Amino acid sequence: MQTGLTPTQTLSLIALMNKLVPGDDLSPAAGDSGGAEYVNMLLTAFDYDPPHIWAGGPFSGRHGGAASFENWLELGPWEILAWKSRIEDLNNQYHAGLDSLGPELAEISDEFRELVFTHACEALYGDPVYGGNREMSGWLAIDYRGDSQPSGYSDQEVSAP
Amino acid sequence: MMHGAVDGVDADAIIIGSGPGGAAVAHALTQAGWSVILLEKGQNHLLSLQAPFAPLGHFSNDEIKFTQRHFLGPDPLLEPRTFRRSSEDGDHLLTGEVNNLPSTLGGGGVHADGKLSRFREIDFQLRSELGPVEGADIADWPLSYADLEPYYAEAEKLVGVAGEETNPFAAWRSGPFPMPPGADMFGAQMSSAAAERAGLHPYRAPTGVNSVEYQGRPACNNCGFCAFYGCPIEAKGDPVSMLRAALATGRCQIIPLAYATEITTDPAKNRATGVRYLDLSVAPNTQGEAPVRELRAHHLVLAGGAFETPRLLLRNELGNSSGRVGRHLMFHFQTLVVGAFRERLWGASRGRSVTHLHDDHIDGDQASRAAAQAAGLPWIRGGIVEHGSSTGPVNEALLQGAGAHHPLAMRNSELRERLWVFTMQGEDLSQQTNRVDLDPTVRDAWGLPAGRVTYQPHQHELVTSNHVAPILEGVLRDAGAVWTAASTSPPVGDHAGTSPLGLAPATYHIMGTAKMGFDPLNSVVDPTGRLWDLPNVIIADSSVFPTSAGYGPTLTLVALATRAARLLTGNPLAQSQPT
Repeated sequence: MQTGLTPTQTLSLIALMNKLVPGDDLSPAAGDSGGAEYVNMLLTAFDYDPPHIWAGGPFSGRHGGAASFENWLELGPWEILAWKSRIEDLNNQYHAGLDSLGPELAEISDEFRELVFTHACEALYGDPVYGGNREMSGWLAIDYRGDSQPSGYSDQEVSAP
Repeated sequence: MMHGAVDGVDADAIIIGSGPGGAAVAHALTQAGWSVILLEKGQNHLLSLQAPFAPLGHFSNDEIKFTQRHFLGPDPLLEPRTFRRSSEDGDHLLTGEVNNLPSTLGGGGVHADGKLSRFREIDFQLRSELGPVEGADIADWPLSYADLEPYYAEAEKLVGVAGEETNPFAAWRSGPFPMPPGADMFGAQMSSAAAERAGLHPYRAPTGVNSVEYQGRPACNNCGFCAFYGCPIEAKGDPVSMLRAALATGRCQIIPLAYATEITTDPAKNRATGVRYLDLSVAPNTQGEAPVRELRAHHLVLAGGAFETPRLLLRNELGNSSGRVGRHLMFHFQTLVVGAFRERLWGASRGRSVTHLHDDHIDGDQASRAAAQAAGLPWIRGGIVEHGSSTGPVNEALLQGAGAHHPLAMRNSELRERLWVFTMQGEDLSQQTNRVDLDPTVRDAWGLPAGRVTYQPHQHELVTSNHVAPILEGVLRDAGAVWTAASTSPPVGDHAGTSPLGLAPATYHIMGTAKMGFDPLNSVVDPTGRLWDLPNVIIADSSVFPTSAGYGPTLTLVALATRAARLLTGNPLAQSQPT
């Protein structure tokens, strides 16, 4: 099973993600914010033990408590089978899709475009522990705090922000 | 080994499923001195199974894990489900995720935002009070609200429900809520004020989320990751409070990753003797199989939910002398009305997802009666309307779509931070043709037939939704929405195929597939929840509901499960009185 992206494929993916989820003066593009790292972490999830599928908990450490998101959670034996199958399929889709991209990034199937767009969104707006959202640039652009535990919000911040 | 082993069984009772129903039964039986083994198909992310049963700390504010990566299961690659609207769609229209309530220790209670309403008196006597509807099976329940009230009160205390008695349509109560309500969401205050101006009666939702420290669990700190998430600080009480109490008795053994596949019986199939299950905690053998384990007990409790319970019975060809197992499937027909506002509402990032409800569309008014009459229906009933908003930025980004507009659209956040949503959980009339059965061709990872949903709404649901949606849009416009839109789940009409929620019902409220009744000819369980065909088997989930009402099913199923367990142990609660 071929896992992970080559440097050439990585550059192609960054360009494609930047096209699908572009940036502007105030927001980063998905590829520039770690989108390819997000995908690569998923495609190589089983290079780690536990696999990098489900980040740990309960707290990131950004708002108090002990940082524990990097304590990745164990999968059950059958969950491992399912995720290995899913990731093998993703690897195949990424290698085939990126290797067939034309210079204008135009040679792309609807299915592959949807896959890359979904991962671009997950990368840009998911927790940085998954490899994207570099320095929380995706969250900062939309004024989103992300996780807030264990400090949470006061009743005043909920009712009269 | 539990103490029941001394008389040839492994426990007094085996419970299949650890969601709110199974947890309630485990609690009630162990409190009565019984030994129980609780089998859960999914993983344990909830609590240590060793004293003092501390939280495992797996839950977190993590949109990727909870909404994109099947963390709470079931994984559709392992457990596909199928959907079709009718036989005209062939064997199935969709394969994959269909009503995927969590398959994890704690079941649906883990991901719910915990709106825990009681049904009303009329909900138990719908046929007597309102009469039949052509094409539907309108039935009275074989028990009354008064019969269930003491169990509602106990369920509220067990889970820990925060609320207040300001809903003018609510049924009578024998006592106050265990806790006062939590903080009002900013947007809910705005939508509630507009609802009041429209003559409606919004109130603070009864919610199984702590507003103060309760039974050793902390007050909610409003993190905003409520609906669809496990609570990192255990402010949500369902069902961890019941499971922890059951474990603390020393009479409850929980076995995660145990997939019950076979109900064993005596030769005459008059009594269940136990369960065979697949042990999913070990890797498959070289043939790709899981080892089979067997347990024996005096009693069996089915609490896998209204999808998995009928699937298990149908696979085993048990309990179905009435031919009703799997039939009468009900969801709640959801009417979703959204409004976009200029100001930031903070609905998606702070608070309990939903803090306010209104009930006015359940019994309706002169206008709803006129709408029913115009459609040739004797009556229509809606459901609770939830005032809320809940989606994270990943899911908003997916809705916003690709292209140059994306960064500005995400900063403006019309589909998240500036969106307010009314969700009506409309009463879904029971129809024999709506059902869960076994898909003829799709199988799960263990070779067992996948469950299949066949469902389409009755005209009643469509008429009700069409009547209520414009009212709700008017409320949002009065509140200041710059645009509004209405849709339903399941979607109907020419554009159903483009619904972002999919063709199958998106609600997690599922009921009716092993309904309770007085007559074994047309019901699956008796008024105490026992299978007519195997009286030492109890069903303790929302399968038994004869009607769906317009309220979330969880508190009612916990109350029913508690009642069934207490009747089984000869320890029923006394009748209660209004205070």
